[in-house]
Amino acid sequence: MREPEGGGRLVHRFGRTERALHWTHATAFFVLLGTGLVLWLPQLSVLVGKRSLVKDVHVWTAVAWAVAIVLVIALGNRQTLRAYWREIETIDRDDRRWLLGRRAPQGRFNAGQKLNVIMTAAFALLFAASGVLLWLAARESRFRWDGPIVVHDALTLASLALLVGHLYLAVIHPTTRHALRGMTLGSVREEWARKHHPKWIEENERKSGSS
Amino acid sequence: MNDRLIGRAAFLGILGAGAAGIFWGRNVADLAGRLVPDQVAGVLPTKGWRIYTIRGIPRIDPAAFRLRVDGLVDRPLSLSIDDLRALPQAKQVSDFHCVTGWSVEDVHWAGIRFDDLLAEAGAQPEARWLQFYSEEVPYVDTLSLEQARLPDAMLALDMDGKPLTKPHGFPTRVVMPQMYGYKGVKWVNRIHVRRDFVPGYWETHGYDSDAWIGKSNFLYLEGKE
Repeated sequence: MREPEGGGRLVHRFGRTERALHWTHATAFFVLLGTGLVLWLPQLSVLVGKRSLVKDVHVWTAVAWAVAIVLVIALGNRQTLRAYWREIETIDRDDRRWLLGRRAPQGRFNAGQKLNVIMTAAFALLFAASGVLLWLAARESRFRWDGPIVVHDALTLASLALLVGHLYLAVIHPTTRHALRGMTLGSVREEWARKHHPKWIEENERKSGSS
Repeated sequence: MNDRLIGRAAFLGILGAGAAGIFWGRNVADLAGRLVPDQVAGVLPTKGWRIYTIRGIPRIDPAAFRLRVDGLVDRPLSLSIDDLRALPQAKQVSDFHCVTGWSVEDVHWAGIRFDDLLAEAGAQPEARWLQFYSEEVPYVDTLSLEQARLPDAMLALDMDGKPLTKPHGFPTRVVMPQMYGYKGVKWVNRIHVRRDFVPGYWETHGYDSDAWIGKSNFLYLEGKE
């Protein structure tokens, strides 16, 4: 392990595939959110104008997002991705206690992070499905339901709430913002991880001890 | 219970709820509307206007703007905004329903009844249809004379006590409360009085010309009634 400034050992948290997935999604999300809000809110629509350009950017970013996500998964390390997803899906007894506001030791991901990933993934699929239907409805009336627009709107509000919480914890909140290092450089300080994700470090030590 | 099933269930649960929303959107939204207090719902941009355009909000110079009324009329008109305001003005409060599923209730409109406009131009006896051209080319739409003469149809100049804003069709737009919003051509700059029917922009995309609310554009899944 390298010695970072400020001392302390580093521990690997996210590989290239996970980071590529995160930043691909994040970049596309910001473009889609910005253009989407301009299309959605009349005040913003007037302020910005150029509606057809904004619409094109929104739609083509969505296409680029889908292609990029598929490429990252196809070209990336699917084995580790599967392992991460398995971890994320597993909400164990400690996670449930943690979600109820009690202190409980957490693994590589705490229960909040797990729910964040689960919601983000589900929202992305629903955004895509409702978005495709909205696109089709503007071309062909038989693809028009009431639902897609309601769902696309609700997802926007829910994602905004999720984003605000995520940004606060990742960038501002003093005890959690160190996690950003894991998502940019791939590793975090072991001492920090031991405090916030003790089960993960213990498991790592058990593995390296047994091997 | 298997711990892993919990996260899986949460994931599939959200997908299921979303799919339900896509298929039964209105009902789900109504249910949610009942669960969310009005004060909260009022702040959320889920209610109220959405601005749809096909090419973008057109730039219009108010001083140069003219509404042409031509075709089967004795006196073709070219009306400035002041000319339009000099015609008899009517007021109404009506609901606005969009074919994509959103509505705005109790919109206050003021403007000109089509009968007054057609009297000014002298519509000829064989006139049957009004074709509205928008400054937003190529948006057009058509109303029959009977539809345009409904007591709550008008060429609006004001919305909610103020001149129409740009996104709502300044300086003038069609208001047709008994039909879906795409019949309400915005930024109208020409009314062509015709004998024959011409399909509108959305009608060439499969939407109904007689876009009566609740009686047209039936949902694909529900089938035609």
